Amino acid sequence: MEKNDKKIPWFKRYNKGPVDQPAREIPDGLWIKCESCGEIIYKKELSKNLWVCSICGHHFRIDGKDYIDILIDEGTFQEFDSNITSKDSLNFIDSKRYSERIKETVIKTGLNSAITTGIGTIDSIQVSCGFMEFRFIGGSMGSALGEKFTRAVERAIEMEIPLIVVSASGGARMQESILSLMQMAKTGTALTRLHNLGLPFVSILTHPTTAGVMASYASLGDVIISEPGALLGFAGPRVIQQTIGTELPEGFQSAEFVLEHGFIDKIVPRNRLKATVAGLLRYMYEPAVKTVT
Amino acid sequence: MKVQQFHLDFERPLVELEERIRELRIKASAGDGHAAREIIELEAKLNAMRSEVYGNLSRWHRVQVARHPKRPYSLDYINKLATDFIELHGDRGFRDDPAVVGGFATFFGHKVMFVGQQKGRNTKENIQRNFGMMHPEGYRKALRLFRLAEKFRLPIVIFIDTPGAFPGIGAEERGQAEAIARNIFEMARISVPIIITIIGEGASGGALGIGVGDTVLMMENAWYSVISPEGCAAILWRDRAEAPKAAEALKLTAPDLLELGMIDRIIPEPVGGAHTDPDKAAELLGIELRRELERFATFDESIIAKRLDKYRNMGVFDSGG
Repeated sequence: MEKNDKKIPWFKRYNKGPVDQPAREIPDGLWIKCESCGEIIYKKELSKNLWVCSICGHHFRIDGKDYIDILIDEGTFQEFDSNITSKDSLNFIDSKRYSERIKETVIKTGLNSAITTGIGTIDSIQVSCGFMEFRFIGGSMGSALGEKFTRAVERAIEMEIPLIVVSASGGARMQESILSLMQMAKTGTALTRLHNLGLPFVSILTHPTTAGVMASYASLGDVIISEPGALLGFAGPRVIQQTIGTELPEGFQSAEFVLEHGFIDKIVPRNRLKATVAGLLRYMYEPAVKTVT
Repeated sequence: MKVQQFHLDFERPLVELEERIRELRIKASAGDGHAAREIIELEAKLNAMRSEVYGNLSRWHRVQVARHPKRPYSLDYINKLATDFIELHGDRGFRDDPAVVGGFATFFGHKVMFVGQQKGRNTKENIQRNFGMMHPEGYRKALRLFRLAEKFRLPIVIFIDTPGAFPGIGAEERGQAEAIARNIFEMARISVPIIITIIGEGASGGALGIGVGDTVLMMENAWYSVISPEGCAAILWRDRAEAPKAAEALKLTAPDLLELGMIDRIIPEPVGGAHTDPDKAAELLGIELRRELERFATFDESIIAKRLDKYRNMGVFDSGG
């Protein structure tokens, strides 16, 4: 894990204004300043600690693919559908063509879409899994992501195994307009088939998970877990502030706020994620009957 | 007759012509034969102009028509089309959300469960109805009514007309995202037919939260998109004033959505939009609604699988090469 240039937390930036803070970015340096407590941390230590500040517990944003290492037993992950990528079917142009935006993002990230999907084992329990990538156009959900998510659901159904998805998303992808809105319906409705078979879906939320993704599959886990401090919600803080015209309360839309209001089950620090998911699956799933290996 | 009128920019030439005809009528009624002849001429011109203006509406113009303050709302269509309506209230958890109305209704002899988003006609009513923007309890109220419909084997008729789900502190505290997600999930497995019509504005998750069904119809000047043109413009162009540009890019009109295969049919509106002739608009909506209700007069559980298959296939992507 060598990248740390996109780990300035969003909702702090809203309050302080969208300023670049190059001083904090030391991509090739040995030391890193914690975005939360300001502590200077040895980068190797931070990496060993799964990018969690050992002083204040702040969770730095990491890539979706990093969660494969965190959750999935070493060497068991097998990726599927990596060829699926977005298509500019509406000829959408804002500051640049959407087709260009896709191409540039693919080159920049080395990814074809905003989710990596496949199968692997968690504590020897086979699961169908998905890992969202915020660095791919804000983890936004378009048709490619919707299709890959749906195939991951179908793989879980076919193999009779649990579904585990790590979310990080700003919402639906505007450049696909109605098509991306319908991905909320596509992914949400696909989960009914998994549900009918009694197969578990554990939804893991990371910073940030909002809007179209939060208002579809991310909120539909049998159990929903979040990392500490993640921004979770339907509308963005800025939109709410503009609508109601007053300051938002401290901690509004944080994982802790959402837990208190009853919309997630647990807040779990990164180093406990795997053990927690494995523990849950022991209650929700009988691998002795259903494991296909 | 001095009625305060609301006009859209592109309607101005039509309004001026209407004004002129009105003046001539006064003269004609005073016995001015020349004025009477001119009225006939101008009326023909007005009709031609109206067809032309409305035949060439930009996407942004249609958004404005969909938001016209005189456009018929859910309850207007209920009044004109339903022979019976017993309104039901509340989500049984928090409160009754007046931004959505629902209850047992009878259309053309078919008993149904009706659910529709409802805007206010004046400031007072708009405050009460929150401009048709639902809170989480509104989505839960709708879901309660869907389940009632399922229990009593009644088809569900839904009218969508919302500028979006409400973005507020209470809405977040009470789980706006969960409420919408839950409805998408539950609507997928409701075992009675769900017939949806977008009658005005279909903004994002706020619309989709009561928008999963077997048939999706759309009125000619309605719009339906992942985000409002203003919201899109604010994010992608960093300026809400670029909404007309965003409306074009979003391809959010009924003809656009039909071409994309996202809706089943377009319901024509009277020339000039539904607000120019609400009776006619209701009649045209009624024709399509009746057709759907007759189609679903008998149904079985297989509708669920068909509904799931329909949503399974939505989306356009590349599989590489």
